[in-house]
Amino acid sequence: MLRWLIGGGREPQGLAEKSSVQTIGEEQIQNPYTELLVLKGHQDIVRFLVQIDDCRFASAGDDGIIFLWNAQTGEKLYELHGHTHKITAIAPFSSSDVTEETDLIITASADRTVIVWDCASGRQVQKVSCFHSTVKCLTVLQRLNVWLSGGSDLCVWNRKLDLLCKTSHLTDAGISALVELPKNCVAAAVGKELIIFRLSASNNGSEGWNILEVKRLVDHQDNISSIVSVNDLTFVTGSHIGELIVWDALDWTKQASECNFWDSSVHPDVQPEIKLSQSPHETSVQHLTSDEECVFAAVGKGIYVYNLQMKRVIACQRTAHDSTVLHLEKLPNRQLISCSEDGSVRIWELREKQQLPAESVPTGFFNMWGFGRANKQAHQAAKKMHENTPVYFLELVGDLIGHSSAVQMFLYFGELGLATCSADHLIILWKDGERESSLRSLTLFKKLAQSGDLQLRL
Amino acid sequence: MISAPDVVAFTREEELEDDLYREPPLPEEYSVPLFPFAGQGANPWAKVAGSKFTRDFILISEFSEQVGPQPLLTIPDDAKVSGTFDLNYFSLRIMSVDYQASFVGHPPGSAYPKLNFVEDSKVVLGDSKEGAFAYVHHLTLYDLEARGFVRPFCMAYISADEHKIMQQFQELSTEFSKASECLKTGNRKAFANELEKKLKDLDYTRTVLHNETEQQKKANDKGYYTTQAIEKANELASVEKSIIEHQDLLRQIRSYPYRKLKDSEFHPYEPECALDRADTGSDQDPAASDPTEPGETPLYTHVPSYTPKLIKAKSAKCFDKKLKTLEELCDVYFFTQTLDQLHHIERTFRGDVCYLLTEQISRALLKQQSVTNFLFEDVSFLDEKPPEKQYRGCQGLSQDAIDEKCSEESLAPKVVISLGSYKSSVECVPIKMEQEMEDSEEPKMSESVMSEHQENLDYLDADIKGSISSGESIEVLGTEKSGSGLTKSESQASLPVMPSPQAGRSKVGSRRTVSEDSIEVLSTCPSESLIPEDFKASYPSAINEEPYVDDDEGGLRFAPRANPGVDDGQDQDDVSKQESLVQVDAACCIGKESPNFLEPLPELGQKPCEEDGVVRIPPQPYRPAEQGLRGGFPSHDGLSAGLLPYELDSRYLSGSREVSKSSLDECSDSTSYISSAASTCSDRTPSPAHLGSAAGDRHRKRAGQNALRFIRQYPFAHPAIYSLLSGRTLVVLGEDEAMVKRLVTALSIFVPNCGAYAKPVKHWVTSALHLVDFQKWKLIGLQRAVSPAGVNALHALSRYSRYLSVLDADSKTLRCPLYKGSVVARLADHRTQIKRGSTYYMHVQSILTQLCSKAFLFTFCHHLHLPISEREPEESVVSRRMNFLKLQLGLANEDIKIVQYLAELLKLHYIQEPGQGGNPLLRFDYVPSFLYKI
Repeated sequence: MLRWLIGGGREPQGLAEKSSVQTIGEEQIQNPYTELLVLKGHQDIVRFLVQIDDCRFASAGDDGIIFLWNAQTGEKLYELHGHTHKITAIAPFSSSDVTEETDLIITASADRTVIVWDCASGRQVQKVSCFHSTVKCLTVLQRLNVWLSGGSDLCVWNRKLDLLCKTSHLTDAGISALVELPKNCVAAAVGKELIIFRLSASNNGSEGWNILEVKRLVDHQDNISSIVSVNDLTFVTGSHIGELIVWDALDWTKQASECNFWDSSVHPDVQPEIKLSQSPHETSVQHLTSDEECVFAAVGKGIYVYNLQMKRVIACQRTAHDSTVLHLEKLPNRQLISCSEDGSVRIWELREKQQLPAESVPTGFFNMWGFGRANKQAHQAAKKMHENTPVYFLELVGDLIGHSSAVQMFLYFGELGLATCSADHLIILWKDGERESSLRSLTLFKKLAQSGDLQLRL
Repeated sequence: MISAPDVVAFTREEELEDDLYREPPLPEEYSVPLFPFAGQGANPWAKVAGSKFTRDFILISEFSEQVGPQPLLTIPDDAKVSGTFDLNYFSLRIMSVDYQASFVGHPPGSAYPKLNFVEDSKVVLGDSKEGAFAYVHHLTLYDLEARGFVRPFCMAYISADEHKIMQQFQELSTEFSKASECLKTGNRKAFANELEKKLKDLDYTRTVLHNETEQQKKANDKGYYTTQAIEKANELASVEKSIIEHQDLLRQIRSYPYRKLKDSEFHPYEPECALDRADTGSDQDPAASDPTEPGETPLYTHVPSYTPKLIKAKSAKCFDKKLKTLEELCDVYFFTQTLDQLHHIERTFRGDVCYLLTEQISRALLKQQSVTNFLFEDVSFLDEKPPEKQYRGCQGLSQDAIDEKCSEESLAPKVVISLGSYKSSVECVPIKMEQEMEDSEEPKMSESVMSEHQENLDYLDADIKGSISSGESIEVLGTEKSGSGLTKSESQASLPVMPSPQAGRSKVGSRRTVSEDSIEVLSTCPSESLIPEDFKASYPSAINEEPYVDDDEGGLRFAPRANPGVDDGQDQDDVSKQESLVQVDAACCIGKESPNFLEPLPELGQKPCEEDGVVRIPPQPYRPAEQGLRGGFPSHDGLSAGLLPYELDSRYLSGSREVSKSSLDECSDSTSYISSAASTCSDRTPSPAHLGSAAGDRHRKRAGQNALRFIRQYPFAHPAIYSLLSGRTLVVLGEDEAMVKRLVTALSIFVPNCGAYAKPVKHWVTSALHLVDFQKWKLIGLQRAVSPAGVNALHALSRYSRYLSVLDADSKTLRCPLYKGSVVARLADHRTQIKRGSTYYMHVQSILTQLCSKAFLFTFCHHLHLPISEREPEESVVSRRMNFLKLQLGLANEDIKIVQYLAELLKLHYIQEPGQGGNPLLRFDYVPSFLYKI
């Protein structure tokens, strides 16, 4: 039969080769996802996926509908209707203790309402519509059993949806991001400013809380686009022009003693901020995620790994995708998953290169992150150097192609698979085909045993 | 999937020159001797010379009370079909064998006339001179203006092939019952309307008469009544009586559906449901009816004829009025529904009987493979009715074959039961011949619904058919028997070897030899079935007892005379009749083996081929095919004994074998053998076994032909087929819609189904493909266009290239993964000798069946998927699995992936809850693709 294979060879129409994006062939040994389920239901862009528990997740998007799904079977559990505009924020509020309270989801919408849903029954628990502006972010402080809504002001609610306290009007633009900090504090990104609020029990009642503005941090040159809490001591913010600032979570300074990264700012030519080159859009820090050691930043089309200990970027993939990277997640197994506007999801592995001297790393790093507008030659030279320098590098181990439009977000469910949501209105559950196959066998033989049918043995 | 590829070589479907084409030598057991007259250009499957019509058709006739039997319409409504066939004459024939005692009148002990809800009678008769054989379905419709309120009609399926009628009797009966039920439903409605109108008129008449009487009373103050007044009073009384009677009639006709409703789901507007009613009908006690009871002449012949409002006392002569047409009798809607059904029947039974039989057999066998049959078969029709009907063409088989067949026969239903998937298949057979009287006696449901009814099988007996004797005779070859006698359970049916009186009885009375212009009633089973079974033999209303006359004119000249006892036996008592008939049976067979025939009818080929090499029986391809199939599974016996909880009745097996052997030895004592063969070879189900098979056949033929062309034309057919078999969507890309569609049709026979839905094949798409499409479709024809949309479509193809194989029909290239296995090579050998599309289709099906059986084994072997002990590591399970695939199943390389994919489909299908469709999965591999060019 091989004799027919005259023109045998790789496919001619390799589109991807045109760009400089690293590609991977069809052989992806390490890619476990060999089976997929398409979950249909949404009628508009799906923007949010939140995990409710081990096997359930919720999706929400511009159609204002929230769906609850079973992550194993792909079964649609509930379809929650209540919002008239697109969903702007969603947060799960799991039960604080083992009382009869069930898991809740809180959703905020552009119709200036917030609805609390019961995940067990799929019913609307309560709806709050007293907002003056759209709530853009929601944060649950599990420890205090309260949740916060951030719009033009910051409100604190308890589980029963009593408004505990609220700040004065902060800004018309509204709070774009919130992160919980130790000592009952939260950091809210309001434009270029980072405002630290502290919640304190009011003196006159046990249920009462007060919220106080503690500090305003104005170190960012542009709007803060993402914020992530690394651990109890550190949190990181990124801005639209590519600044990345590591903050001390306790005293909200970048000169904190625990984090002496910022001390290096004595050198005039080394800014504490990490400025990213390229056009503003290209350098916007879209998303930040972290593990204990590193912060992973989705910047433009690239992915950067910043080591907190070494205080420098240890690995990067300048053009990880054809288009802006929208979401990033670090897996326990040194793998990193990214999704992008180009509709693809890529799986990376952080690998170490032993042979290269560590000294060259900063050079490469700085060249790569380049200050100012480096001309093309310099840029390419830098790139050439960069290719030899990093100690670590991100290796593409697999890609998932399924969505026909931007992949907004994904949710990693461990061995259950990966759920991705996209602007093509779909959610795709990616699964390990081998595992699913053996699960089906298990089900099959269970069913055989149940129905009393003959059980065949070898 | 069942059929062996090359055994059904002789199907009348393609040009004659193909017939002349010699297949490579077959193994001895598969070979069919050549037709000796082939040199003369004779086609063994050619029409009987005697028949004057070109193909089978359906005739509707009426026994008009004015002009006698007359044909009403034929289906297809084409003068060419009936040709020179004398419809009037044949109508006379078929209408003269209506044995149903349709009767309306005053039954004794009843004050009012009763409407008989007459069950239809089903008769097979043959006219050997005309070369026509017919299944005749008699029914009566109600007409208020008709004599006795009834109008006898009949629908006849007329074929030149007697075997076809006999072997498809049950199917014909079922299908015609539906049509009849539809007609009758509409008729009841129309009749009720008519009655209502009539009642209104009568009411009005009464009022008028009443007023007149009152006026006369007033006018007449003398003490006595004038004759005029007395007349008026009589008239009034008569009208009053009429009203009561008509009311009663109306009540009767209206109560009918409700009575039926009690029996089962009754949807009078759905012709399909006629079957249900038929089902229950067979359960009803027919004893209630006694139509031959001499009733009084219906009074309603005197009923005043209808005038707009006032009813005159004088009745009009029945010849004066114009009878209603069938359409008027039945309501237009129902009439058209019936016509649709009849057209459907015509389509269904078109073609050679061997084809129909093969079809039914494969379906029956397929049915048993409830776990795997969805993969490559169109199971939609399997679900419609329990098609576990088995072949009945036992006449032409050798004794051994019958022997085996009997065992399979009994096996088949059991297998079905044991798989638990088609429980309904053993449900009652809708044989309903009983008279249904509107009596106090409600139809009994005493016979269990679940028991399979066994009709009397006399009409199937070989000997009966062998008895066709003279030219102008019409032989009623068999009618369906009605009543409780028929409701034999399945177990009885499958234990036919007992020397029950029934065995002989089934022959009794069926034997008549006839002279010219006589009507021979070979066996009738009158609808009135009060008669105990043992007396049935004496009942048959043989119309004539004339001695057998050997008529050289007849196309058939078997030699029933070989046993001289035949003719005498008829005049003797029933017992001797039984015996003699049995002997005749044997004698007939012998007679046919003798070479003194002029024009052998292939359809009547009871003659073993060995004798003179004449192929006169339809090929029986299912035998080897079936063995092969079973071989794929644990084995024939293993299937029944080991795999399935229901044991084969070994007594039956051995018994029937013994009997058949003994019958071989001594023909004179073949009673039990024949009866066993007959009872086992009959079908017990009403299954319209090949619904939609006509279209399916055509599709198969075309697909097979296209596929053959494809594998010859495209050197890269193998990887393309591998893509389909391994579940990778194949996109056929091209500008020309016809070409793409042809390719898609060709390749569609290789596409496994994902469930019991339609094949995942999309013939033509013009928009860009999406991921969802690959879940749904496994074979897609895509338009290549220069428009922006076309560019998008191409872009999508390259984007999703991982999930796709792309066959470019324009540039003749294929982009798909490499295939190095061996299965596809057997499946699609470009040097294959197979010429015909349908043969190739069957070849494909047989290989796919092998694959299915492998996938079945792989799927249902526990240890291949799950660890034996809890501590066993996953790796050892994996290695065991791979060993099984490679060594046990003998699969190599990519073949493993095919079986794995099929196994995955089997799993999904098995674990899927019946109600929910389940989410369609898309499984894929990360394997590189290659570009193939011609």
